[in-house]
Amino acid sequence: MPSIEIKELTKRFEDFTAVDKISISIAEGEIFGLLGPNGAGKTTTISMLSTLIIPSSGKAFVAGHDVIKEPLKVRENIGIVFQEPSVDDLLTGRENLELHALLYGMDSKVAKERIDEMLELVELTDRADDLVRAYSGGMRRRLEIARGLLHMPKILFLDEPTLGLDPASRRNIWKYIEKVTKEKNITTILTTHYLEEADALCDQIAIIDKGKIVIQGTSDQLKGTIGEDVVRIKGKVDKSKFEKMKCVKKVTFEKEGKHVDLVVENAAKNLQKILSYVGEIDSVEVRRVSLDDVFLHYTGHSINEENGKDSFFNRIATYKTTR
Amino acid sequence: MVVVIMVSMKGIYAIWLREIKVYFREKERVIASFISPLLWLFIFGGGIGGSIQTEGGNYQQFIFPGILTMSVLFSSVFFGVYIIWDRKLDFLKEVLVAPVSRSTVFFGKLLGGITDSMIQGFILLVLGFILLIQFPLLNIIPILLVMALITWSMVALGLVIGSNMSTQEGFGMVQNFVVWPLFFFSGALFDVGASNLPDFLKAASAFDPLTYGVDALRSVILGSSVFPLYYDILVLIGMGIVFSWIGIISFGRMQQIK
Repeated sequence: MPSIEIKELTKRFEDFTAVDKISISIAEGEIFGLLGPNGAGKTTTISMLSTLIIPSSGKAFVAGHDVIKEPLKVRENIGIVFQEPSVDDLLTGRENLELHALLYGMDSKVAKERIDEMLELVELTDRADDLVRAYSGGMRRRLEIARGLLHMPKILFLDEPTLGLDPASRRNIWKYIEKVTKEKNITTILTTHYLEEADALCDQIAIIDKGKIVIQGTSDQLKGTIGEDVVRIKGKVDKSKFEKMKCVKKVTFEKEGKHVDLVVENAAKNLQKILSYVGEIDSVEVRRVSLDDVFLHYTGHSINEENGKDSFFNRIATYKTTR
Repeated sequence: MVVVIMVSMKGIYAIWLREIKVYFREKERVIASFISPLLWLFIFGGGIGGSIQTEGGNYQQFIFPGILTMSVLFSSVFFGVYIIWDRKLDFLKEVLVAPVSRSTVFFGKLLGGITDSMIQGFILLVLGFILLIQFPLLNIIPILLVMALITWSMVALGLVIGSNMSTQEGFGMVQNFVVWPLFFFSGALFDVGASNLPDFLKAASAFDPLTYGVDALRSVILGSSVFPLYYDILVLIGMGIVFSWIGIISFGRMQQIK
């Protein structure tokens, strides 16, 4: 039985559909990445799965329990790290964890041991008795991860757990997450902006844009759907030239015309052919297809790109519907 | 509507404990909460008391139970409405995804709020005893019981408002349309039994649940009141039950903002 089973899950806010009929199945112990730009519906999806908001239609089963009919059963089995920190500023790190243990009805002796263990894991033992107010952003996240794992959930939700952190802290956090989830066979569903990190970590990936799942599969499968290599040519090149070439799957011109990206089948074999065809250029770069290319291919924009003028109005629309 | 009340004692204790710890760590808030009752009592009470003639007893003593009520009214209602901040800042999310029922969350918050307000009310009561009016010491028990009833219904009212509000802009509205009218119509500053009171004031006071709180406190502190004590207490208990019942339903419906 899958750990999480989602069937045509939908959430509408008045006249705006945040999540539109998504279906996902996640096996036990898997790390599943939900990738998409801001406002794509990632957080709304996580909120529905964690019983914080009620779906408009569709079904979702978490650890075998219906999120609408058995919210308490679902909550017993999940741990969450929220996008915005939800640890209590006026309590110490340890007190935050103690509160959590009480809320989850943990035996006080077991709880004490687990708290020490988790503090150790996220390297907060020294600061455990300081008020969270005095913690850095990275420390708060680590505390939150410790809290999310404290009651040994079967399923862990991570909503942008590394947003706004420096690269070193980000690496650390993924390190903890990978260690713990693999050790305890915890099913993890995460959302992130950082495609490279998702690529390295996730067993399965779904790209979500404007509330819909555009494509899902393993990282390699997703990359395979668009090609193998990307050839970046710098210099003045003629747009029409590549369209006739069979080995070129997709052509993307940079806005200012400084370079062009070609998605190419087997660059090692075909590079010479391409270069001789193009003529004089400044330089050429060859790399493997990345998730960024996949994202660009399926959504028509890059994950971090604000959509020009639109984004301002989108933000207002999002703001209004979320109040 | 039938409300199934499932509560977990550990859960209630956890939420209560959090509120108490946070209360004692926000010393500024605690100290600030004494300023306005003392201003009312000594500036307003002293000023009016000095400018008008009252029959029997002085005006400051007369309004002391009213100011005590005001103090717990403000701290209680705003404690409840404060959950709008919790929701915005995501602190409440942690509690809402925990495997405890919403009624557990409600009762934890309710007890936390009652405790906070009672501590504040108790300190003001002691100050009043020292500076203003020496009621029989044994009366402290019925006084605290009446105060607890008032805070119970007012915290519950605050939680009802807080859980149904979705933006903190409503704060001022609550202050102007709920808290101040509750206070002014309650007869905290005048005698609701006075024969030459305007009719509309008489009617409004009769509908203000706090009128019975002030009256009950006058009865146990000053030994004089308009209504019989048992009547006041029945009204307060009724209010507590009604607001708690609506509160449990509201908490059950509460969803995350955004």
